[in-house]
Amino acid sequence: MAKISKSENSENVLEINDLTVRLPKGADRENAIMDVSITIGRGEIVCIVGESGSGKSVTAQTVMGLNPPDQLSPTAGSVHLNDESILGVSQDRLRQLRGERMAMIFQEPMTALNPVMTVGDQIEEMLEIHTTFSASERREKVLEVMEDVNLPDPKKMADSYPHQLSGGQRQRIMIAIALALEPGLLIADEPTTALDVTTQAQILDLIKDIQVRHGTAVMFITHDFGVVAEIADRVVVMRNGRVVEQGTVDHVLSKSKEPYTRMLISSVPSLTPPKREPIIKGDPILQTRALDKIYGSLGLFGKGRVVHAASQVELEVRRGETLGVVGESGSGKSTVARCIVRLVDPNGGEILIDGNNIAGLSQKGIRSFRKDVQIVFQDPYRSLNPRRTVGQSIVEGPMNFNVGKVEALERARELMRVVGLSPDALDRFPHQFSGGQRQRICIARALAMEPEILIADEAVSALDVSVQAQVLELLDQVRKDFDLAVLFITHDLRVAAQICDRIMVMKLGEVVEQGPTASVYADPQHEYTKLLLDAAPGRDVDFSGAASI
Amino acid sequence: MATYLIKRVFSVIPVMLVVAVIVFMMLRLTPGDPAAIIAGDAATSQDIAQIRDKLGLEEPLIAQFGIWIGNMLTGDFGDSFYYKRTVSSMIADRVGPTLALATFTIFLACIVAVPLGTIAAYKQGSWLDRTVMGMSVVGFSVPVFVIGYIMIYIFAVKLDWFPVQGYQPISDGIGGFIYRLIMPSMALSVIFIALIARMTRTSVLEVLNEDYIRTARAKGLAESKVMTRHALRNAAVPIVTVIGFAVAILIGGVVVTESVFVIPGLGTLTLDAIQGRDYPTVQALIMLFSVVYVLINLFIDVIYTILDPRIRY
Repeated sequence: MAKISKSENSENVLEINDLTVRLPKGADRENAIMDVSITIGRGEIVCIVGESGSGKSVTAQTVMGLNPPDQLSPTAGSVHLNDESILGVSQDRLRQLRGERMAMIFQEPMTALNPVMTVGDQIEEMLEIHTTFSASERREKVLEVMEDVNLPDPKKMADSYPHQLSGGQRQRIMIAIALALEPGLLIADEPTTALDVTTQAQILDLIKDIQVRHGTAVMFITHDFGVVAEIADRVVVMRNGRVVEQGTVDHVLSKSKEPYTRMLISSVPSLTPPKREPIIKGDPILQTRALDKIYGSLGLFGKGRVVHAASQVELEVRRGETLGVVGESGSGKSTVARCIVRLVDPNGGEILIDGNNIAGLSQKGIRSFRKDVQIVFQDPYRSLNPRRTVGQSIVEGPMNFNVGKVEALERARELMRVVGLSPDALDRFPHQFSGGQRQRICIARALAMEPEILIADEAVSALDVSVQAQVLELLDQVRKDFDLAVLFITHDLRVAAQICDRIMVMKLGEVVEQGPTASVYADPQHEYTKLLLDAAPGRDVDFSGAASI
Repeated sequence: MATYLIKRVFSVIPVMLVVAVIVFMMLRLTPGDPAAIIAGDAATSQDIAQIRDKLGLEEPLIAQFGIWIGNMLTGDFGDSFYYKRTVSSMIADRVGPTLALATFTIFLACIVAVPLGTIAAYKQGSWLDRTVMGMSVVGFSVPVFVIGYIMIYIFAVKLDWFPVQGYQPISDGIGGFIYRLIMPSMALSVIFIALIARMTRTSVLEVLNEDYIRTARAKGLAESKVMTRHALRNAAVPIVTVIGFAVAILIGGVVVTESVFVIPGLGTLTLDAIQGRDYPTVQALIMLFSVVYVLINLFIDVIYTILDPRIRY
C-alpha cells in the first residue's frame, strides 16, 4: 500500500515538546522520559521504537493522561493536541478528550477488554460517555463501526463476550472502540505483539486502511522493526527515556548513522537462514511416531468440545541438531513439547527417547527419563520461583536425582559461567536479574540435569531484540558444547531461520511441512508455509548487516 | 446447566443423611436425659422410665432413627417433648423474627461493607483506607455479645435512642418492626462488615491492576463508573462467596444475638431446645439449618454464572 506522504501544510495533530516525566524516588533513574519531542501530523503514522524501559509507553500514557499521577508526573515540557495544551488540563476536560480526540489500543486484546461485558456493550459505552445518542442510535453505530473494522456478522458478535472471540477479533473490537468517535489521534501500544503473524498482518492492514480513510494521526509503539518497516511514515528511536534519533522510515532503517539504531536493526534476525552443515550422523535421540493428543471429551451426551491438538505428529531429532517447530497459536506446537516431557499424557502414538518408548509409561516409570528431557519456557519472569535463590532453583533438580549438595552447587557455579553469569550471583533472587539474565538462569537450570534433549518453548519470544540475539547465540553454543538435541518451538520465523537445522511447520495439530531450514524458506511447498512467510512483517526489507549466528 | 442443577439438587440427599446421623447420635450421646428433665427433681426412677417409654426413647436406637427418618419423609417432624405442639408449628411461629434479623443484617452488612471496601481500594494507602482496615480488624476481634451489650449500654441505656431489647412482628406496624431490629442487626453485622469490606478491598485492588481498567479510563469514563461498572463487577465473585459464607455463619451468630436482645426467633428456640434435651425440636432445627446452608451454596454457584459469563457448568 502506498504510504501517505506528509503534505507541507498539514497541521500537527500532536505536538510533544521537551517532555520530561519524573520517576518516583528510588527508581533506577531520575526520569522516565527526558526532553522528548515528537510531532505527528494528520494522516501520519509515527512509530516509536525502543527496548523495554525505553520510555515509549510512558510517553504514550502521558499524552493520554493515564499515568498514575502520584508516581509519574510531568515536570517539564508541553503536550499539545490540536493546539490545545493538555498537560495541566482538568480531569474533566481530559476525560472528554479521551475517546473524542484521542484514543488508545493496547498490547493484550485478551486482557484489555472487560471479560464480563459483551463486546457490543463495551463499544457502546464509548458512545454513551461522549454522545447524546439514544439507545437505538447507539446500537446502530456500534454495528456500523464493527462493520468498519471488518468483523463478521456484527449483530451476532455484538452480544458475545471477549473470551468467545479470537485474539484478532478482540483487537478489532479494541480498534472499533477506539475509532467509534473518529478521534484525530490514535495511540497504538504494541497492538500486534501478542498476535499471530497472519493476524498481525491483517491488523496492520486494518490500521493502515482506517488511517488512510479517516486521516487519523497514529502513534504506533513497537519493538519490532519488521512492523516498523511495514507501517511507519516516520520513526522515533528511544532509549533509556530519551529520543536517540528520529526521521523518515527509509532514513532510519537504511541510512542511520546512530550506533544504537544500527545495533537494534542489526539484532533483528534475518529471514534468510545462514548456511548450516546438515546433521546426518547417528540415530535420532528423540523420535515421535503418530503422536496424538486430544483435549476435552465429548461428554455424556456427546456435546462436549474436542480439540485435536496434535494428530499423527512424526518428528526426529539427532544429537547436536536443532529442530524448529513453527506455527501459530493453536497449531499444537506447545502440545507436542508438553507430550514429549509428559507434562500432558498423549492419547496415542509413541515417544522414543534413545529408543525407549515413554508414551505409555506411568508417572513413576517416567521418572528416570525426566532428567533426559529439559524444557525452557517462554516467560522467565514466571518460570523461576520468586521466593528461592537462583542457586536453590538450579540445584533442586540434580538433588532430586541424588546428586550431593556440594557437587550440585559446584556444577551450578560452573553452569553460571557457561551461560555468561557470575557464579557469585547464585545467592540472589530472580527479581534481581533482568529478563535476559533470567532466561540464562533457566537455561543453566535445564543444563544442570545433564539432559540429552533440550526443549525451548518460545524461549526468546519475551525478550528484547538485542537480548534475544544474545540468548539465541547462547542456546546454539550450548547445543554444540553439550551435543544436545534441541527442539525449538517458536512462532517467529525470523528466529527459527537463524537457529534451526530443520523446520517443521504445524497447523491445527497437523504437520504440514518438514525439511531443512534453507529449503523450506527458499522454496516452501505447503500453502500455509507460504502464507506464514508472506505475513512476516518487513519481509521485503533487508535489515542490512543482520546478525547471523 | 440444567443437568448440573439436577445433579446438585440430588447431591443434597447424601449430605442431609450424614447430617441426620450426626445430629441424632450427638443428641443421644450427650449426657442429660430428657425424661429426667421433664419429670423434675422429685421424680422416681419408675416415673422416668414411664416417661421414657412414652417418648419412645426405650426403643433401640436404630428403630428410633428409622421412625424419625420415615416420619420426616412424610413431612412430620414429630412433637416437642415439652410443649404439646408439633415441631413444625413451633418453627413456623419462630422463623419470622430470625428471617427478619438475618436478612436485615446481611443487607446492612452489604450496603456498608461493599462501598467501604471499594473506596478503601480506590484510595489505597490513604488515611481512609487505613481507617477502614483498622476498624475491620477491631470488628473481627470483638465477639457479638460484647458488641451487643456495649451497644445496649450506649444507645439504649445512656442515649435512650433504641429499646433495650425485644421484637415486634411486622404485622404490628413496619416502623416499630424496623426500629426494634436496628440494634440487633447492627451488632450482628459488625463482623460481616469487617469480613466483606476486607474481601471487597482485596478483590477490587487486584482488578484495578487489570488492563481493562486502563481501557475504561482511556475511553474517558468517569472514575465512579470505572469503579462500579468495570472494577466491582469483575471483583464480584470472591465478594459474593464471602457474603454466602456470611449468611451461613449468620445462622450460628443469630443464636447468640437473639438471646442478648431477647428476640423470640429460631436462635432462642434452639437454645431452649438444647438445654431441655428436646430431641425432636433440636433435630428438626439442625436439619433446617443444614438445608438452608446447602441451598445457599447452590444459589451462590448459580450466581457465579450470572456474574461471570466465563463460568459454565
